Amino acid sequence: MNFDNIFKEIEKADPEVSGRLDTRRSALKNFANYGGKLALTAVPLAFGSMFKKAYAGTTSTKEDVLAVFNYALTLEYLEAAFYSQALLSPNLLPAGPINQAIQLISAHETAHVNFIKAAIEAAGGTAVESPTFDFSGGKGSGEGSFKTAFSDLALFLAVSQTFEDTGVRAYKGRAEELLGAGELLTAALQIHSVEARHASYIRYLRKQAGSGVGNLKPWITGNMSGIGTNLVQASYNGEDVTSQASIDIININGFPISADAASEAFDEPLTPADVLMIIDGFLVP
Amino acid sequence: MPKIKIPQSRLLADREAIAQVSRRRFLGYAGAATGLMAVASSCKKEDMQSSSTTLEGVDLGSGDPGILNYAYALEQLEAAFYIKVIESQFSGITSNETSLLTDIRDHEIAHREFFKNALKEAAIIDLEVDFSSIDFGSRDSVLSTAKAFEDLGVSAYNGAGRLIVTPAYLVLAGKIVSVEARHAALIRELIAAGTFADETAVDMVTGLDGAKKPADVLAIAQKYIKTTINASNLPTY
Repeated sequence: MNFDNIFKEIEKADPEVSGRLDTRRSALKNFANYGGKLALTAVPLAFGSMFKKAYAGTTSTKEDVLAVFNYALTLEYLEAAFYSQALLSPNLLPAGPINQAIQLISAHETAHVNFIKAAIEAAGGTAVESPTFDFSGGKGSGEGSFKTAFSDLALFLAVSQTFEDTGVRAYKGRAEELLGAGELLTAALQIHSVEARHASYIRYLRKQAGSGVGNLKPWITGNMSGIGTNLVQASYNGEDVTSQASIDIININGFPISADAASEAFDEPLTPADVLMIIDGFLVP
Repeated sequence: MPKIKIPQSRLLADREAIAQVSRRRFLGYAGAATGLMAVASSCKKEDMQSSSTTLEGVDLGSGDPGILNYAYALEQLEAAFYIKVIESQFSGITSNETSLLTDIRDHEIAHREFFKNALKEAAIIDLEVDFSSIDFGSRDSVLSTAKAFEDLGVSAYNGAGRLIVTPAYLVLAGKIVSVEARHAALIRELIAAGTFADETAVDMVTGLDGAKKPADVLAIAQKYIKTTINASNLPTY
């Protein structure tokens, strides 16, 4: 984390910041003073409150960035809560590699929540509260189609895959709005690729472990979910495009690139409306 | 020398592909994307430099075309690597590994050719690679190199995103980087279970993947590329 760079970015985006340089300097100094005493996990939060001080009493000029980050935060709350609950569920995750992998993914999602909250506060915004989730997909009834997700490993991994693949698409769908946001855009990209690593792992695990997943690969082939229900299909619709920026990828320049490979080679974005529709069943109104 | 297995059908397909590409190069990429033509026509100055090799090396150019050429250079490296991996498969390779590595090869070729067509006249020349440090007969050597390339690719796209000015290119880079991250995670799993996103790839405090500046990426990649790459005109931060 390069704190100094983030300060420079905020100065660039908001020329008025120079008037707060003294605050900034003392914030940095404060951080230097307290840095050694802070537990490592507290760093993102400390970084957030430090910025909040520097921006106290001003109106943010970064509404777009804040909106994107609060959107991302909501998705990270969903994922973090999902994995926390899985780790608390007896007899769901077999001891060994699977349990360890879910612990790692869970730690990343929790770190993302803390990091994004800190970034939002740093930019002078207010982080949204976490919604209440119903991971059965029943909108609060607890009786949705995924109600055994925390006792049935195969179903749990299918939901996990859907959340991770959807997360990758969701970040991509709002990348444009972070154009010019410097370090904040970089951070969003750095979270985005971690979600893709998670998705790849879960997909590979499902293929290695299970039947009924078709020819599931770490990458997305066509609009195939590898999940035996239409309920998650919206997370995969539109992934089957084989042309990018009007350039046809199939057999491009005479190289034998199949339609499957052409679709796999590029992940596609999802609009916020699509994403909210996908996660709607998991939100308690 | 490691035992080299080259499926004949594959070889023929490659020859035909190469012949087709040669014909197309001769004719020019007449049908290339209109959506990206603005890039090519808005950077005539860069064209003059980027299509020639100078004492300072191949100039990637400036602005968005420079960043696209930077990505194109990295995709050239990755594609050349996986083409060689599939041509001369390491001993003991499983059918699962062959299938996954063949997919990755095709993805990297798709990325490489996409950038070439998108850049049109602004595209840099074909780079000459140097894989003398890689033992293609050894699973360890191949997979550790693949891991290094994929992690580097992820860091490269993550670090270059903020230098892009045109929204559509940022989205395109995003469409590719998540596929590189999928590759990286898979390759890591082939090497050792549970390493798909371990602390050597992802910061455990922030949960962030790597991000590297172009200069830092090229300093690492240049070892595998004979052609000298000149990134001095790229935007910086």
